[in-house]
This record gives sequence, structure tokens and C-alpha cells, in this order.
Amino acid sequence: MDNNFVIYAENLTKKFNDFVAVDSINFFVKKGESLGILGPNGAGKTTTVRMISCFLPPTAGILKVFDLSVYRFPRQIKSRLGICQQEDNLDPDLNVYQNLFVYSRYFDIKRSVAEKRIDYLLKFVGLSNKKTSYIREISGGMKRRLMIARSLVNEPDFLILDEPTTGLDPQARNQVWDSLIELKKKGTGFVLTTHYMDEAEKLCERLIIMDQAKIIVEGTPDYLINKYIGKYVIEISNISSEIENFIKSKNVNFEKTSSRMLIFTDKSESFFSEIKEKFCGSLCSLRLATLEDVFLKLTGRELRD
Amino acid sequence: MEIIKNISWRSIKVWQRNWSVYIETWLVNFVMPFFEPLLYLLAFGLGLGKLVKEVPYNGVLMPYLSFITPGLIGTIVMNYSFYETTYASFVRMYHQKTFDAILSTPLLIEDIITGELLWGTTKSIIAGTSMMIVASFFHLLVYPIALWLIPLSALGGMVFSTIGMLFTSFIKTIEQFNFPVFLFMTPMFLFSGVFFPISVLPFWAQKIAYIFPLTYLVIIMRDIQINKFNLAFLYSLIILIILTIILFILSIGLMKKRLIK
Repeated sequence: MDNNFVIYAENLTKKFNDFVAVDSINFFVKKGESLGILGPNGAGKTTTVRMISCFLPPTAGILKVFDLSVYRFPRQIKSRLGICQQEDNLDPDLNVYQNLFVYSRYFDIKRSVAEKRIDYLLKFVGLSNKKTSYIREISGGMKRRLMIARSLVNEPDFLILDEPTTGLDPQARNQVWDSLIELKKKGTGFVLTTHYMDEAEKLCERLIIMDQAKIIVEGTPDYLINKYIGKYVIEISNISSEIENFIKSKNVNFEKTSSRMLIFTDKSESFFSEIKEKFCGSLCSLRLATLEDVFLKLTGRELRD
Repeated sequence: MEIIKNISWRSIKVWQRNWSVYIETWLVNFVMPFFEPLLYLLAFGLGLGKLVKEVPYNGVLMPYLSFITPGLIGTIVMNYSFYETTYASFVRMYHQKTFDAILSTPLLIEDIITGELLWGTTKSIIAGTSMMIVASFFHLLVYPIALWLIPLSALGGMVFSTIGMLFTSFIKTIEQFNFPVFLFMTPMFLFSGVFFPISVLPFWAQKIAYIFPLTYLVIIMRDIQINKFNLAFLYSLIILIILTIILFILSIGLMKKRLIK
């Protein structure tokens, strides 16, 4: 095995009784790399990161973190990981500062070192003026930022971020992103699960899309967009059989939803103007293909839970 | 034994976490344990003690207040650890997700539960000692022998911490703790020889009394009180120690099963 791997998974499987949550997946993450795991609810993302975090023992397969097996060395692995869980589990019995301080004790960090680091981290996430606030007194965005600060208390070699911005307003999301981009610049890699495609595109060099316990595709955001969608998407909101027949005759990829038609294409201007003039006028638009198109194309449009 | 192997000195960090929270509201937390014993002693001293003068125990005639003092210490030791590892641990585990947060650090679930059990035991020591201080004001304890009640509070604290944790390992909602409280704790409080010698009960009821761990704790504490020991003391001590060891491993094992699927 290549020593450059921070995470290495081979045929990784997790079953809960008869339910298969993760089905024999293979992936790796290299040092300093940022990997995004996308997928609808119940795809197995969280189960996967919980196995990496040594919360759940895998049912079968190989899973190594820092070249250490999760079965045998959970303590050693966890002492080097920074884990930011999906649910806020900040300690409501303690204030902001104490939350980080008590946490630093679990890692056996010397008091003087911890105090300096906590001051720095509170500044880093913009919570220096909230030191003595209790958790119930701070906003959701502040809680998330504190969760991130907490996951950095042990100066981790690698971060596990399970939906770090779910439920945040745009300002708070952008602040969290800035913090993560800054960490990335310093060389701290991470695994990130998310439902937000823009987040994945912005923060991750490589992506995995999971569905129904399996990895269905893997690659850089650009690669996935080019391979599965193409450069452009033409959206038509007044669908009719004439348009449909026309599109079919042109032999291009398209998808029909209840109210719209999406055409995936590499040719843009001329094809678009032709459709526009012939059929839909202002009711159709041309835009760049996004990761969301890839995601919906590969995982379908039905609701998952 | 994997459970034992997985326990490390880091358990103390969990104890420290609870201690940090405890001293945040130190005034309330250190004054409260004094009130309960004070109320007990006043109620029984001014009330029941007026009617019941002396109680025969192990061939000694004990003044009533002196008779119930070790029983009340045992009771308060039981309550403080049991309620800590049931309601309080459950809130930390289930509602506050504190265990989840700690699991993101080098600690294992075995460390966390051990820390919680040690903390429950600590609460018992604090409560038992507070009760001793109050009782001393009423000249109900004889020193230095009474100092043995402190390590015995620790033993009792460990027994009832592990019993509490056992319930926490399978209870679904916090309301369900009402069952062990009504069906186990209340009868134990009333029938473990705290208020009257078990020997006055009919034979079948005596047998039931010996199911309750509190009975054994009260025996050893009361024997310390009168400074007179027989085989019952030794048996009771051994039973409590064995019970602690078994329940310690069992409660950690069951919590692990609950938390790690």
C-alpha cells in the first residue's frame, strides 16, 4: 500500500442486522487531498465517515487510516483526526471556551499549550468575543464554527466533516467555507459529506457519489460534469410533443421532468437559438452544466425518505 | 477480557469533565447534600425518635437515631450514584450527545463509561461524607472508626453506579426510569434495614430483603457504627465487592452494545 494514503478502503462493508448500509466500497484519500462524498439521504455517506472516525466497526473489508487499521488502532487514529460530526454535540453544560478546553483534555494536551491554541482557534472562527457564552446563547452558525474549532484542537493531520454547513444561512456557510479553504491552503486534507453541490465543487478536489450503499462514480468535479452532462444545459419549461420529437431527431441527451425538459449538450449557441426560435422563445434558457445535473442524472429525481 | 483491556487512564478525563461542570454550580452542589440528611435526622429525631427509644441490633441496644444514621448514609450513598448514572448519564448520552462528542477523541466507549461510573461513585462519596458531617453535629458518629464509612461510601457508590448504568444501557426514554425507581429503589429504601432491623420481618420478607444490595451496605455501615463485627460483616463486604466487579464489566459491556452497533 502506498504510504501517501491517509485513508484506504477496500471492499468496505457495513451491515445493520440485514440492512446493508455500505456495500463493499473501494476508495482512497491521499495526503492533503480533499474528498467530497455526495449522495441522497440514506446512501451510506454518514455510515462511511463514521467508520473512518472509528465510531462504527466495519462488518467486513479493509479500512486503514494513517496506515493503521480501524479495527485495531482506534485510539491512535482518533488522536490524529479532527472530527466534526453532523449533529451539534457541543457540551451545553459548559461555555464556549470550556467546550474547547475540556475537549483538549481528552487529547491530553498540556494546559498552557491548550490555552494558546484555543485563543488562536476562537480567533480563527471569529468567536473570540463569545468565550463566556453558553451554547444555548449562540446562533446555529456560531455553533457550527465552534464545532470546527473544536475539531482542530488537537492540530489534526486530517479532518472528517460530516455535513458541516447543513442548516446554515448563506453568510454562515460562506464563513465556514472560508475557514475550510484556509485550512486546505495550509495542507490539511479532509473528507466532506454534503448535500450542497456548490459546496462540493468549491471545497473538494475529488468527488465520490454514493447511492444505495455503493459508490456509483468518482472523479474531479470537471471530469464528472464533462463525462455525464457535457458543457451546457438547455432548460425548456413549455414542453410539447413537437419539441420532444425535434430533440429526439437531433440525437442528443435529454431528460424530462414533470414540468421541464433538460437537454445536455456540448454544442451551444446555434443549437440553442434554433430551439428558441422554433419552439419556446423566452421559455427556454441556456446555462452551464453543474454538478447538480450530474447528481440528479445519476441518482434520479425521486425523493429518498 | 476485551472490556477491561480497553479501559485506560483517560477515563479520568470524563470524570474531570463532570467535575468541571459540577464546580460551575459549586454552591448549589455542595450545599444540597447537606440538606437531605439534615431533614432526615430532624424528621426521625424529632418525630419517630420520640416514640422509638432504642433498637436491639447485634446484641447492642442502639438509640434510634444512632441506629438509623448508618442506614441513612447508605441510602444517600445509593441515591446519589444511582440517580447520577441513570437520569444524568442518560441526559449526557442521549439528549446532549456528550458521549458522541467524546468518542471523537482518543477515548473509547469503555473509558467513557468507566469515567461515568467513577463520577457516580464520587457523588456518593461527597454525599456520604456530607451526611457524616451532619451526623457528627448530632454526636451520632464515633471517630476514628467512623472514618471507614468514607471508603465504604465509595464501595456503595460503585455498586449503585453500576446498577444505574445497567438500567441506562437498555432504557428507551427518560420516563422509563420511573420503573426501576418505583419497583426497585423505593422497596429497597424501605426494606433494607434502614429504619428497623431486618430480623423483625417475617422470614419470607427477610429473604426478599437480602436481594437488595442496600441491605448489605447498611449491615457493614452499621457494624462500623457499633464497632462490633461478625461473619455477616465479612459476607456482606464480599458480596458487595463481587457484585461491583460483575456489574462493572456487565454495565460497560451492555453500554457498548447499546452505543456501538
